[in-house]
Amino acid sequence: MTVLVIAEHTHDEIKPSTLNTISAAAKISSDIDVLVIGQDCAAACSAAQKIAGVSKVIKCDHAAYAHNIAENITPAVLQIAKNYSHILAPASTFGKNVMPRVAALLDTQQISDIISIENDSTFKRPVYAGNAIATVESLDSIKVITVRTTAFDKVAAEGGNAALEDLAAAETTDISNFVKQEVTVSDRPELTAANIVISGGRGLGSAENFHIIEKLADKIGAAVGASRAAVDAGYVPNDYQVGQTGKVVAPDLYIAVGISGAIQHLAGMKDSKVIVAINKDAEAPIFSVADYGLVADLFEVVPELTDKIA
Amino acid sequence: MKILVPVKRAIDYNVKVRVKADESGVDLANVKMSINPFDEIAVEEAVRLVEKGVASEVVVVSIGPAQVQETLRTALAMGADRAIRVQTDVPTDLGGVEPLAVAKCLKALCDKEQPSLVIMGKQSIDDDSNQTGQMLAALLGWPQATFASELSISATKDSAEVTREIDGGLETLAVKLPAVVTTDLRLNEPRYASLPNIMKAKKKPLDDVSAEELGVEFKPRLKVLKVTTPPTRQSGIKVDSVDALIDKLRNEAKVI
Repeated sequence: MTVLVIAEHTHDEIKPSTLNTISAAAKISSDIDVLVIGQDCAAACSAAQKIAGVSKVIKCDHAAYAHNIAENITPAVLQIAKNYSHILAPASTFGKNVMPRVAALLDTQQISDIISIENDSTFKRPVYAGNAIATVESLDSIKVITVRTTAFDKVAAEGGNAALEDLAAAETTDISNFVKQEVTVSDRPELTAANIVISGGRGLGSAENFHIIEKLADKIGAAVGASRAAVDAGYVPNDYQVGQTGKVVAPDLYIAVGISGAIQHLAGMKDSKVIVAINKDAEAPIFSVADYGLVADLFEVVPELTDKIA
Repeated sequence: MKILVPVKRAIDYNVKVRVKADESGVDLANVKMSINPFDEIAVEEAVRLVEKGVASEVVVVSIGPAQVQETLRTALAMGADRAIRVQTDVPTDLGGVEPLAVAKCLKALCDKEQPSLVIMGKQSIDDDSNQTGQMLAALLGWPQATFASELSISATKDSAEVTREIDGGLETLAVKLPAVVTTDLRLNEPRYASLPNIMKAKKKPLDDVSAEELGVEFKPRLKVLKVTTPPTRQSGIKVDSVDALIDKLRNEAKVI
């Protein structure tokens, strides 16, 4: 049994989500190959070679892979897919976009967003916004899987010494073309990788008021998230959204500020180690999952917390 | 230009989910069911394209038992022109009709209907797979623009520019038509159907086809061994001040 991990990367670096995915792969087999599909991605490949537990890095380098165009990435994966028993990618927007396309062309029913590996064909995955956990057994010969990264610890980025192999580019297509990207630039840690996350909700009332969350975040080195309500109201961009259909986070500390706690939001954060809720409504559902609740006006206590927290 | 919009009947998003005592699935008996929220957004987007004069017809499709006719009527009341139901009594949430099989049904219908665009939800809120649109695009050999928050069709109607919600922010793709677009939450705000439109929808055509006619078998590839309730978090304590909170975080939880 050999497992193929499709790397998520920036062409220069391997993204942390790939390390979580390799950790999941290691629970299936000790024979793990990593496929890096990109443009001028030699640096990412050499970083991948150093990852603990990787046997081989396969580099597929072509201008058509400058952006993660699923229609081009998929044929690249399919060139070698049949050599593997399992093909894994993180359940990020990258993996979610590409993997079902791969699975369909392999005539395989993908297993999405796994949180545990029972054996090489049986997996657990959350359904119904995480309100139920399904244990499923795949009857397909090739298992195409996306991995919920927060459920698997990262493997060490250093210590490995994998071989490097080149793979020629597959046929490319122009049915889908990259136009532009608007990436949120921030010095704060990435939401899904941060040790502390502070999220704001509708209670903040405006985009301007969101700055009190950001101030606290900067003081303690936290990432900033938001509820769907706050994103829909235009307080913050879409990539801040934590929840069933946004990002799933599981930091050591999650501070929910002015968030009522709809089940769709809880689905994205309830696996955090410690949860703090600050809300003026003592009946808010968020308190039912919080380790520490503070019933108070956020506009008073968040600045106070920012002042006093070291 | 014809648009095909697949819609799914799923648990209403406000319903509290209960796992069956025998761990065979989620209890859907006497539970409020609705059109999957992402699919409602897809219907809205398609109807708006007709209203703008870009598209000429919206065909909605659903797979399931007799009750999915209600879901299809909802979409017709929003402004879709006609509906197709793929009949089956196999469960559509878990361990029955799976994304790959749905994509195969939809492919067969696309071969027949020849739409220029398929707009569908990015995921259903029951099994949360987020696969069907991508799979359909793959089987058809069409481009896919997933997690769309903005969609515009070119004047020549041979391509679409789609803004997608991705982890780092937003990405814009230009895809040639025909294409599959999957909707994210911020694409639009679906309308409420008016009473006259609900009445009108009752007279719109709704055809039944069987999966056999489409050459698809609903035989699960993922055997559901059990469905369980996740471990519940113990609710914690309330603190009465910022000082008390900092003390707890520092000395009890040791996270700061």
